[in-house]
Parts: sequence; C-alpha cells; structure tokens
Amino acid sequence: MGPELWQVIALSLVVSGVAIVVSMVLGVPVGIFLGLHRFPGRQLLVTLVNTGMGLPPVVVGLVVFLLLARAGPLGSLELLYTPTAMILAQVVIAWPLVVGVTLAAIQGLDARLRLQILSLGASPSQLYWKLVREARLSLVAALAAGFGSIISEVGAVMMVGGNIRGETRVMTTAIVLETRQGNFGLAIALSVVLLLIALGVNWLFTWVQQRGRV
Amino acid sequence: MSLLALEGVAVEVGGRRILDLEWLEVEPGEIVAVLGPTGAGKSTLLRVAHLLERPLRGTVRWRGEAVGWPAPLELRRQIAMAFQDPLLFAGTVAENVGYGLEVRRVDGAERKRRVSALLELFGIASLAARRPASLSGGEAQRTALARALAPAPELLLLDEPLASLDEPIRQRLRSDLTTILRRHGVGCLWVTHDQAEALAVADRVAVLEGGRLAQVGRPSEVFYQPATPFVAGFVGTGNTLRGRVTAVREGIVSVDLGGVEVEAVADLPVGASVLACIRPEDVVLGRSGGATHHSARNRMTGKVLAVLPQGATTRVTVACGVRLEALVTRRSAEDLGLVPDLDVWLAVKATAVHLIAEAG
Repeated sequence: MGPELWQVIALSLVVSGVAIVVSMVLGVPVGIFLGLHRFPGRQLLVTLVNTGMGLPPVVVGLVVFLLLARAGPLGSLELLYTPTAMILAQVVIAWPLVVGVTLAAIQGLDARLRLQILSLGASPSQLYWKLVREARLSLVAALAAGFGSIISEVGAVMMVGGNIRGETRVMTTAIVLETRQGNFGLAIALSVVLLLIALGVNWLFTWVQQRGRV
Repeated sequence: MSLLALEGVAVEVGGRRILDLEWLEVEPGEIVAVLGPTGAGKSTLLRVAHLLERPLRGTVRWRGEAVGWPAPLELRRQIAMAFQDPLLFAGTVAENVGYGLEVRRVDGAERKRRVSALLELFGIASLAARRPASLSGGEAQRTALARALAPAPELLLLDEPLASLDEPIRQRLRSDLTTILRRHGVGCLWVTHDQAEALAVADRVAVLEGGRLAQVGRPSEVFYQPATPFVAGFVGTGNTLRGRVTAVREGIVSVDLGGVEVEAVADLPVGASVLACIRPEDVVLGRSGGATHHSARNRMTGKVLAVLPQGATTRVTVACGVRLEALVTRRSAEDLGLVPDLDVWLAVKATAVHLIAEAG
C-alpha cells in the first residue's frame, strides 16, 4: 500500500477518533443529567435523543452542509470540505447515541445506589464521578457503538467533506470511489482494513468488559 | 445533649403526609430501634435523619444546633447509612470499605490502616481482595457495614440491615454489630420490622404508625406496656382482649373480658373500656388435676384447642371463656402431654396483664 493509502486510513481514524471523544465529553454529562433528574420537559428531551439515535447520516450530512455552505449561517467560517466539517457531522451522528446509552446505563443502576453513595459522604461531584465508574462498562459500550457507527459511515462525510484527495478522503469515501472506477483490488483492501478496525474496537470492548466483570 | 433531634418534623409527598413526628432524638452512643410496618414512613425518616431531605416543617438538630438546608457536607459526613441490600460498588472488598475515606480525602497510609482495622473488626480480613460477586449474603452485608463505619461516623442509620440474611447468620451479625456499635460509642437509628431484633439491640424503641410515633420507650415498656392497640398488635402481644373495668380495689382492677374475669395492676375507673394485653410467654399452663400451687392472681380452667410447635417453643391455644394463647417450652409441652381437648389450668400474674384505655 502506498503512502496515500496510509494517509486515508490515518485521516479516518483521526476524524472519527476526535468525533467520538467530543461526543463522549459532550454526551456523557447530558446522559447522566437526564438519568438522574426529573424536570418539566425531560420526556421531550429523552424522545429527541432517542430519535437522534436513529438519524439517517445522509440527512445529517445535508443539514451540516446547509449550515456550512457559503450562503449558510456558518458559511463565513469556511469549514465546508474540511476535516472539521466531517468531525462536526460525525459528532451530530454519535452524540445522541452516547447520550442515549449513558442515560440507559444510569437508569439501569440501582436507584438506591445514589442514596448509598451520598450516605457515605460523597459531594455532588463525587457522586457523579462514582456513578460514571459504576456504569463504566455501559459507557465503553457507548464508545464502541458510537465509534463503530461513525467510522463506517459514508453519506455525511461524503457530503460535507467532498472526498478531496489528500485532504478529506477517508476509507469509506475512498471505497466508494475506487469501486466506481473499477479498482476493486484497492476497494477490497480498504474494506478489509475497515473490517479489521471494527473487529479491533469490538475486541477491545469485550476485553474491557471481561476485565470489569471478574 | 442529644446527637440528633427531630422536632415537629413533617414530610409530605403529593399532598399526603407521610411523616409527622412530634419529637425523636438519639443520644450519643444510643441505639434506637424504629419499628413499624411497610409504609409507616421509616425510609423517609432515615432520609431526613441523614440530612438528605428537607422536611416540610420542623427542625432537625445536630448536637443541639438547628441544621440549615441544604445541610452542609461536613455535617452529613458525621452520619452514615447501610441498607437491607449491601449495594456494593465495583471493585474489591477493601476498595468498598475505603470509599468513605476516599471521598473525605484521607491519605493512603491512614486509609489502609482504617480499612484493615474495619475488615478485622467485622471478621472479613481474608476477603479484602475479593469482588462483590463472589461474596455470600452475610459477607456482603459485613462489607457494607464495615464500609459505613470506616469513616467513624457518630451516627449510623440502618434500614433493615439484616432482613435478607438467613437466621443463624443474621443472629451472629446482629450480635457482632451491636458489640461494635457499643464499643465505639456509635449512635444508631436502626429501622426494622422484626420485634425480636428491636428487643435484642435497642436502648429505646420507637414504634411508627402511618408516619406518626405511636410510642417511644425502653424495650420493656414498649413490649410489656404498649400504649395503643396498634403497638400491642405490632409488637406481637399475642393476646389482646376487649373488656370493661368492673371493680377497683387498692390499685388492682377487675376486668370483665366477656366470659372470664381477670385482675390487673392499673389506674383506671370502673366502667372504662380497655384492651387487655397478655403476652403468651406470661401465661403459665398446667394439666388439670396436676400440681396447681401457683401464686398468680388470675387462675382459669379451659380446654386446649390447638398445639403448634415452633422450634424450641410451642404455641398453645386454650378456650377458657375467651381464647388465650400460651407459649411454653417444647420440653414442657411434651412433659404435659398437651393435645387438643385436654383439660388444663392457666395462670397469669396481675402484673402481666397490661391494660390500654380505649375511647368510649
């Protein structure tokens, strides 16, 4: 494989890696908050999150495209067809997944656990941190599910990234292109790499879960 | 000065009053058992006592000082709680026991020392590196109790701590826990629905009924002189019979129970409606025709209706104008040859008949 191929693989990992980290940082606290507190409008938010978990990536791509297009509200930032635009689209796809899985994980914990942690002298921030630690296996699941969904996604990154050679070309968009051009060997090679990455992520996830159980 | 005092504390949920206490306090080092059926407000009481729930009205005092809301963390940290379920965290037994010290930022060496001391105290030192999933119910509950006591709280709140354990394990842990609480002078509010447990562990017993205190007193007072029919029923008085005072003479009142007359020590006027409580273990029973030299004031004869062995004791129901239950040792039940239809005599001391005045 040539250096260009390595660049494509690296960009895929960087874009999806940054996107999942941003989604976790923005999504886990929201999931915990929704899981712990009852307030007016919460049910609506939960419904929105659940809907967001099933957003068609192509629709996300279109919305982000319209936002970043030259005439769009964020057009002046000139982000369209950059890796940043791709990260943004992937965050929009992964964030509801992270929030939803975190919410389910927190709700899955014993309701009395919160009282028990407080009763041992935890401050509010110590309580949050302890709940995250108690729910960490589910959070690893959120991480794996989110990463898996965005690294294999093609519609949104194609629309907002543009599949520009050497700039925004990632594995999925490269596979589409190479297949179209009849370079099946290259397309298959990239697909194998993508599968190996998916396998690796899942293996890591299972390993962490097994370790946590013992 | 009391450690914790609840004064006129009321809590409402959805407009329904679920707790309404005139006065309840725990002295330093004192064990107060809170007895009551499900839904009597026991868990709410514990949340308020833990300064985690602000009551609708009333004052909570810690060492005489009124607590402001939300209660400061430093105050909350003088109190710890353990539940019926151990609710252990992921991690080892030692990590669990150390959690309260971890959140208080106790340094590593001191934390290690405290954790070892607590593990030793609860007899689980050999389990230090084990994970919760591999523990038995008793071991897990010992871990939970060690965890609650590790930060050396002044007040321990217990919500049915032994209710899910099997009998022999429960009794051992009960005695170990009381010994530890006594030795370290930890005050304790111990919620239970088990009257035997309350009797065994408590300096004082508080009986909750529908969020209100039906009675607070030493165990012997609550068990032998229940203040209300509810308390009598809940502490398992066994025999509660309605009657009317027919005569009063030198502090001894005669009560007609409708079929049989008993004498009791009480200060009640003639004509008063009463509920007479007689604990089954205070009823002495013998075979008619056998030895009858018993000094009790109340002597009756009757027929055995039912004999129900209960392990070391046997519960005997006798018809003697009214139905009375007696609790005799298994051995004496066998020696007397108790069987249904047998003619027997019964004796009850006047001091063993407790009268509760009833309205009307």
